Amino acid sequence: MINEYLNIIFLDSLKILSLVIPVLIAVAMIVWVDRRVWGLVQLRRGPNVVGPFGLLQTVADALKYIFKEIVIPAGSNKIIFILAPVVTMSLALLAWAVIPFGENIYVTNINVGILYLFAVSSLGVYGIIMAGWASNSKYPFLGALRSAAQMVSYEVSIGFVIVTVLLCVGSLNLIDIVIAQKKIWFAIPLFPMFVIFFISALAETNRPPFDLPEAEAELVAGYQTEYSGMMYALFWLGEYANILLMCAMGSVLFLGGWLPPIDKYPLNVLPPPIWLIIKIFLLFFAFALIKAIVPRYRYDQLMRLGWKVFLPISLVWVIIVSGFLVYFKMIPTN
Amino acid sequence: MKFNRLIKTIFLSEFVKGLYLALKFIFKPKATINYPFEKGTISPRFRGEHALRRYPNGEERCIACKLCEAACPAQAITIEAEPQEDGSRKTTRYDIDMVKCIYCGLCQEACPVDAIVQGPNFEFTTETREELYYTKDKLLENGDRWETEIANNIKLDKQYR
Repeated sequence: MINEYLNIIFLDSLKILSLVIPVLIAVAMIVWVDRRVWGLVQLRRGPNVVGPFGLLQTVADALKYIFKEIVIPAGSNKIIFILAPVVTMSLALLAWAVIPFGENIYVTNINVGILYLFAVSSLGVYGIIMAGWASNSKYPFLGALRSAAQMVSYEVSIGFVIVTVLLCVGSLNLIDIVIAQKKIWFAIPLFPMFVIFFISALAETNRPPFDLPEAEAELVAGYQTEYSGMMYALFWLGEYANILLMCAMGSVLFLGGWLPPIDKYPLNVLPPPIWLIIKIFLLFFAFALIKAIVPRYRYDQLMRLGWKVFLPISLVWVIIVSGFLVYFKMIPTN
Repeated sequence: MKFNRLIKTIFLSEFVKGLYLALKFIFKPKATINYPFEKGTISPRFRGEHALRRYPNGEERCIACKLCEAACPAQAITIEAEPQEDGSRKTTRYDIDMVKCIYCGLCQEACPVDAIVQGPNFEFTTETREELYYTKDKLLENGDRWETEIANNIKLDKQYR
């Protein structure tokens, strides 16, 4: 009896570790990709000294953060203050549990995978609010408020985007969603939704041009202002883990997950996880390029875009797609 | 006109143009250099770290005329001199306070024998202030170390003087 439990616990933790460690390494790598792409677009070289091509730059930075002093403000709520970066980081990693890397390669396969993914990625806002409130300081508080409003607004349109995809699939299971894209990736018939998802993902992860919560000209560093040392690093890594998660979500929902573009000889040689990784990387590359080219939105513009542009468009598309499916009797049945 | 703008907004045309531009810039030659490993070229007139030069036979050029001390607008140079055994005038003390120095190059202009010069070296940061109070020994050592570069720079600049 005990043995059985131990076996399950051991096997499951092994499974989880074999997912979490690659994800953490990937996070370190994309931080480098981000800075490098940003530099290249601005005709700089970017970090290229530590390790081959500067790949170990993030490791060096993390080591530096570990050795720095953690300052906890006297007026802060200490427990929540310490908890906030932990929440951000762990939530960002938690959501990876349901991402399928292949038909049989996943940590968990739950019926409502997409709902879980959506819920956990929405919970990410709590880390930021906790940080802003517990810091007991002006800038973190304002940054957290902005961030909360922004994430809630854009989640609405992401929700409708997900609804459209679900209409075309007929299942909340992420594996079913990917398999439904065997004929054609949803990015092609649902292209406007893909664009809306992508831009909302930028807003959801506080990336430029929607990085108002940490607009340094107005808010110093937003909710991170009072953080230092490893706690700051956790926020910073958690943010990138979230970005990676959004890229993974985008590739599963719209770019056919682990499926190759065409199931023909030279393309289907690569194992499924590699295809998913390639897609995640390409999406992240677009994230990094956008960071380099866009100026920051004003706050009212941001809200206008979220509520007055994306919400109506996605709503109309939900209706168009469902009408189309009903009229041509293409409603999927699972 | 308004319709055009609407179409542009809907298809994010400006944004796509920006993305294209960014992609193009990624492959352009970079404007920066790998600084500590590569260095930019500097003019022969560059006014960097000071050095006291010697004649090829090893004799100090400085004749202790104190023109540099007089010319120095920041009063960073301190000189004391005594006649030597062979009857020549040589400095016994030649200090430059590198913290006071404004790197104007007037000492070099004033020197009749090209003894005090400002060489091409600009990487002489120290961890303590005391290390920046250069003495005669330090300046002569600089002169020995940078002699080739300094001589070449003076030669290149000669035609404009």
